[in-house]
Amino acid sequence: MVRCKTIIAQLSEYMDGDTSADMRQKIERHLRGCRRCNAVYDSTRKMLIITGDEQVFEVPDGFGDRLHSFVDSMLANSESH
Amino acid sequence: MQVQKAIETEAETDLIQRFLAGQREIFHDLIRPYERMYYRQAFSILRNQENAEEAVQQAMIGIFTHLSQLTERDKFKQWGLRIVQNEAKMIWKRRRQNLYESIDEGAPDGSGEIATYPKQYADWRDLPSEVMEKREVREAVTRAIGELPEIYREVFMLRDVQQLNLAETMEVLGRNESVVKTRLHRARIMLRESLSPIFAKPERSVWERWKGMNPWFAARR
Repeated sequence: MVRCKTIIAQLSEYMDGDTSADMRQKIERHLRGCRRCNAVYDSTRKMLIITGDEQVFEVPDGFGDRLHSFVDSMLANSESH
Repeated sequence: MQVQKAIETEAETDLIQRFLAGQREIFHDLIRPYERMYYRQAFSILRNQENAEEAVQQAMIGIFTHLSQLTERDKFKQWGLRIVQNEAKMIWKRRRQNLYESIDEGAPDGSGEIATYPKQYADWRDLPSEVMEKREVREAVTRAIGELPEIYREVFMLRDVQQLNLAETMEVLGRNESVVKTRLHRARIMLRESLSPIFAKPERSVWERWKGMNPWFAARR
């Protein structure tokens, strides 16, 4: 069996679908048999669902309006030059 | 999805073309798909709403002024984000210079101790989408990302928050593949470590385990 250290080092690339077919098989076999590595894998996967959620990193109310009125004044300024 | 993306890119290069031909008001449409991304990126560096908005505005001037110099027009997204990133860093430096001492303000520079191997192995709870609406969850996640050393935070933001692909991330940061991959891996490990106490399943007590095993108790519920 491949060592946990090797699996953990490859985990990120594995999650991004970036490992060779051979390595992928090794990782999957290891994950089925190793509770700890599987916990790391599963929690990392859950974490990425959370951080990728649009709602998590908030954009303040009115940001878009303020930005576009800034752009309006920027455009007006550039016309006058 | 690939086709959709190609159509969007084509529409975008067309917008750029028209902007450069003199239809200045098109600038609004050009930035609209990315403005939230710009804000999040700036905020992740500055961690302050006012400064983040200022950085995005400054970046708009940069984009507006230099767009004619963008040779690879299908890379407007990466190019724009890079300008936002640079503006935010500039404001960050300026802000630090204005402080006598940077209590609580010190940007982690990556020199601190880095956990590159997991230490916590608890299972995480399943997270229904309503959990994400909770303020404390959002704050915990944003804070934990904010506490990552900068070189790891910027990669993580682009890949796992902004959902850029590997090539786009390399272009925004001007870093090669192996640097981006290594930093991303470390960022994920570190962040998982710091979020584990919040999202780990609570250990079931002896009493609860007994309840689960006892058919008589289960039948009465």
